[in-house]
Amino acid sequence: MASTALDTADRANRLLAAEPAVAVRGLSKSFRLPHQRYYTIKERALHAFAARSYDEFHALRDIDFEVAPGEFFGIVGRNGSGKSTLLKCLAGIYSIDRGDADVHGRLSPFIELGVGFHPELTARDNVIINAILLGLTRREARERFDAILEFAELEDFVDLKLKNYSSGMSVRLGFSVAVQLNADVLLVDEVLAVGDVAFQRKCFDEFDRMKAEGRTILFVTHDMGSVERFCDRGLVLHKGELVAIGPPSEITRTYRELNFGDLGEDPGRRGAARILRAWCETPDGEQVLTSQQGEELVAAFEVLFEEPLDDPGFWLIFRNDVGHTIFTAASELWTGRLGPFASGERVTVRMRFVNRMAPSRYTLTPCVGPRGGGLQAHDRFGRRDDVAALAVEGPVTGAVLNVPVQVEVERA
Amino acid sequence: MTTATGAGPARLRGPSAIGEDLRHFSSLTFTLAATDFKLRFFGSVLGYLWSLVRPLLLFTVLYVVFTQIIRFGAGVEHYPVYLLASLVLFTYFSETTSRGVTSLVDRENLLRKIRFPRLAIPLAVSLHALFNLALNLVVVFVFVLASGIEPRLEWLELPLLVAFLVTLSTGVTMLISALYVRFRDVEPIWEVALQLLFYGTPVLYVITTVPESVRQLAAMNPLAVVLTQMRHAVIDPDAPTAAAAVGGWEWLAVPIAFVAAVFLIGFWVFARETPRIAENL
Repeated sequence: MASTALDTADRANRLLAAEPAVAVRGLSKSFRLPHQRYYTIKERALHAFAARSYDEFHALRDIDFEVAPGEFFGIVGRNGSGKSTLLKCLAGIYSIDRGDADVHGRLSPFIELGVGFHPELTARDNVIINAILLGLTRREARERFDAILEFAELEDFVDLKLKNYSSGMSVRLGFSVAVQLNADVLLVDEVLAVGDVAFQRKCFDEFDRMKAEGRTILFVTHDMGSVERFCDRGLVLHKGELVAIGPPSEITRTYRELNFGDLGEDPGRRGAARILRAWCETPDGEQVLTSQQGEELVAAFEVLFEEPLDDPGFWLIFRNDVGHTIFTAASELWTGRLGPFASGERVTVRMRFVNRMAPSRYTLTPCVGPRGGGLQAHDRFGRRDDVAALAVEGPVTGAVLNVPVQVEVERA
Repeated sequence: MTTATGAGPARLRGPSAIGEDLRHFSSLTFTLAATDFKLRFFGSVLGYLWSLVRPLLLFTVLYVVFTQIIRFGAGVEHYPVYLLASLVLFTYFSETTSRGVTSLVDRENLLRKIRFPRLAIPLAVSLHALFNLALNLVVVFVFVLASGIEPRLEWLELPLLVAFLVTLSTGVTMLISALYVRFRDVEPIWEVALQLLFYGTPVLYVITTVPESVRQLAAMNPLAVVLTQMRHAVIDPDAPTAAAAVGGWEWLAVPIAFVAAVFLIGFWVFARETPRIAENL
């Protein structure tokens, strides 16, 4: 145990020295995408004299950043922005083309939990194998075995084959192994998408504990909610380039702007009405990302008409974090005729209501359709999925709605 | 793990073949091999018997064909024992290399998600086959003793011969497993090559039945060296040694140099391909 004490002292010293835990300078990584890939020697021989042309795909260009010890650092970006490539470069899975990455301390060598778990083996065997794969010696793996099982709360299932585990249980096991590696720098790719709420909370408690010890966590996600809740700082990648680095508020704003800016190129829905943006605000007009249950709330979105439309209907769909539609506000139920809108006209739709939704995270999906068209036609002219987010706070009842209730208790 | 993280920052390097920590490398190789071994045996009711069934079945068929029908082994002392022993040794070679070819692609999920010394994967295949060889050799020696062959001091040459065989097999495996990532027809090519090697190597026959004109050439095959020397050392002291078959000690340098070259080239190619294995998969 002396080594642990030393480890802790070592970490404290590093914190004092305030040297970055991770320092990345000018990191670039590209993949060659041959126009014609020859997978066999035969093909290669047949095309021996053909010029070998390929596209250079720049997955990452000149990335510079530093992460201080003990930071919870978010890496966000849309699909294909290079976040996972960056993580794989840092983990030593991909080689770096240009630039340097320096790491202070022991780096966790994996980016996904429970990699290499074999369903036919028991939890006991899997833990030992996984731990060795991730860099522990056989003896260290055995020594930490009990702690791993205890943290995962799976002591009773040690000799159960992994194929009989639920997916949540194996994630817990994988996370426990990862925690017990005692890495100074952890690389985490979207782990929190799995596991139940209680275990997620436990994970974040564990991350807090690690931070307190001066350990550093690099966290890849595209969930802005967890960025706001947990990250100290972060960066945004877009098409392989670093576009923003800073506090969570800046990161989430940049990320949303990126999503927004690409709307014009969105091949999905382009109709007569283009939805520019959406947000929530208080009745006083102050933009908010969270709302207290029971308060009045205004949900708003901006629409640009690209073709003249007569008397459209506006819809606003609220979906919770598992994608269920919880609440839909449809203008046609609450207004009379809205009249014609000219091409090029820009309008802001505000919908005010008392927020009865249960605590959760919600996304806003505005739609435009013909008035009276009903659900079949509600997005015929325009739709934009999950364009804004809202977190609702309040007492948890386990339901999706909390409606005001008059309670009478009559004593006999 | 106290001072490893000590002084300055460590520059990140890409994936490597062996890694910095040799102890971790060997521990990992052993674990991967032991896991495969365990999975193969504990998954089925008959377990270990299955790994014996294949060589024994092949042995029975060949034995019946070549002693009862074609009378191939006539005049060869203890032919059935030789047949079994040579089959078992050749099986090690073919098992290692044929499973080794696809080993990197088979372990894709590990290679794309974890940093660990890449060479552990083909070496684990080789080690797994070595476990099987050890078990099979037990059966061989039961046969050897049952045939009335007396134990001799020369039997101790066997570990040396196995080491030679392991070096060759591992070298080939490193080479073809790394090439397979780029060229997927390495696998069918190697299948054909194995067939040729099986008949081109004195497995079914012995080196002395090879016509005089090509005997020296046939004896230079490293696999022939192993089998011929094994026959001399274990089964029949009157049979020629590998050196005699190849035409003198100095000629033995050819197969030895060949094996060393295959091993070094295999390692070199593997180490060269290592950084990009994960992205080429």
